[in-house]
Amino acid sequence: MASGKSKVTAPDRIETDLAIKVENAHYEYLAGNVVALSGVNLEVKRGELLGIIGQNGSGKTTLTKLLNRLLKPTSGNVYVNGLLTTNRSVQEMSAHIGYVFQNPNHQLFARTVKDELEFGPRNIGVDDSEIDVRVNDAIEFFGLESYIEEHPYRVSFPVRKLVGIASVLTMKPSIVILDEPSTGQDHQTTRVINSLMRRLAEDGTTVICVSHDMPLLADVVERVVVMRNTEVIADASPREVFADGDLMLTTNLQAPQITEISLATVTKRGGPIALTAQELADDIVRRVANRGTK
Amino acid sequence: MTEPILSFRNVTYTYPGTEEPALSDINLEVMPGEYVGIVGLNGAGKTTLGLCVNGVVPAMLGGTRTGEVVVSELDVDEYPVREMAKIVGMVFDNPEFQMSQITCAEEVALGLENAGVDVDTMTESVAQALELVGLGGFQERSPLGLSGGQQQRLAIAAVLAMKPQVLIMDEPTSNLDPTGKQEVFGLASTLNQDYGMTVIVIEHEVEVLADFADRIIVMDKGKVVMNDTPEKIFGQVDALNKLGLRVPEATELANILEKKGLWQGPKPIRTGEAVSRVTEMMGGA
Repeated sequence: MASGKSKVTAPDRIETDLAIKVENAHYEYLAGNVVALSGVNLEVKRGELLGIIGQNGSGKTTLTKLLNRLLKPTSGNVYVNGLLTTNRSVQEMSAHIGYVFQNPNHQLFARTVKDELEFGPRNIGVDDSEIDVRVNDAIEFFGLESYIEEHPYRVSFPVRKLVGIASVLTMKPSIVILDEPSTGQDHQTTRVINSLMRRLAEDGTTVICVSHDMPLLADVVERVVVMRNTEVIADASPREVFADGDLMLTTNLQAPQITEISLATVTKRGGPIALTAQELADDIVRRVANRGTK
Repeated sequence: MTEPILSFRNVTYTYPGTEEPALSDINLEVMPGEYVGIVGLNGAGKTTLGLCVNGVVPAMLGGTRTGEVVVSELDVDEYPVREMAKIVGMVFDNPEFQMSQITCAEEVALGLENAGVDVDTMTESVAQALELVGLGGFQERSPLGLSGGQQQRLAIAAVLAMKPQVLIMDEPTSNLDPTGKQEVFGLASTLNQDYGMTVIVIEHEVEVLADFADRIIVMDKGKVVMNDTPEKIFGQVDALNKLGLRVPEATELANILEKKGLWQGPKPIRTGEAVSRVTEMMGGA
């Protein structure tokens, strides 16, 4: 295996405050020698809320699969909570990092929604009373009360997607990766996902959200990693990323509408870059008021 | 006066094994060449409404439907789904799921084959449809080797080969990246503008609808609760928020400013309009 050479030199465990440390990671899919990731470096602090954006095929999914150890880097090192993932099993890493698939059909298998939510924590040896607390908390947070006895495949797709998220959270992993959590969700459910990410971060969980939903990321994350053609080409705050017209153009991504309005108005006059309608409105109100007093 | 291409009269529908109707007392008309957006929470009845147009509901899914659905002057109840497929094309959110053939040409030809079209006409129709969606020359390529945006355009080509009058797209880009999204909505706009095709799109992303739709229909709990131009619908920000729905961020901005007494008149729904009003408000250039 090509990954052998990195195993020799890299320490098995490092002392670090970082939740994730990726060192010069490369990945090649064996079929067809397709390079999916080239020379990626990434450090994520504990409790950070991070977004990853980029077109399909840019390497986002490959990167997240290196983190949860579904894939091993062809070369380079990946540390999760200080542990070199290459030397550990997927199961061992699953206690550290929870992965919510874009398509819940890839992860759900229990007979009822309740069984699904209980499965993860039971599997890692959480005791029954704690499982009850976690499951009830998830049911309440996601409004799943009326579905608990249903088969996961009998509920609608958007609800099934929430069950997929909830079933990972009941394991209380210290790092959560959400792959396109708002796809196919209406605005009401997207708001639930939005507040979920905030709550996780407040509790100290590291959250990584891979998404094309720019308004969601603009509102929630502190940092955006931009990928293009197997590389990380930018890593900055959402304000800086969405304000970078050239970057948006070369990646064919679009900043949220409100950021575009902000850039063409107040930002052009030296004002801040707005990420939400409320931010921009507040700034306009201040400017109009100042003009009145002069 | 032009006749509507689509009309629902007092349509109520209940899925088999359920008691609550999924659609209740729908009355609706769509004129030929219109571009209509349908918004609503998940479970509001948007997809069910779409499936009534080509007769899949109730012919294939069962349940009880009352009232009348008329498409291009044909009563949907009197024609089999395969006949309606020549008039109404439907595209769903997961293009991969719709791909079943070895080559793109076969994929596009599938509906024509079922309709008994002869080989020469079929070859020509396939070529035309692929050309129209920007996949000219893709005949021998495998559908599975295409990008998401290309697959969805192929699904649209398969529908177009039947030369339908109405194209219904149900969250057509929810599984696509931003490039794919631009491809699909750009194509739908061309079909509408240049070929006069009637387009109905079920979509959560309101900014996209503000850019393209002539009319917005808002559904809630199986009913049509609002039906008007995008400007008039999205302008009712608080009413839509109460239904759990979002408006374009440009409109949301104007709504906040209106409450502060800084905005008079209609609220913008697109970026450009908002930029010029805000620039004006801050005292010119």
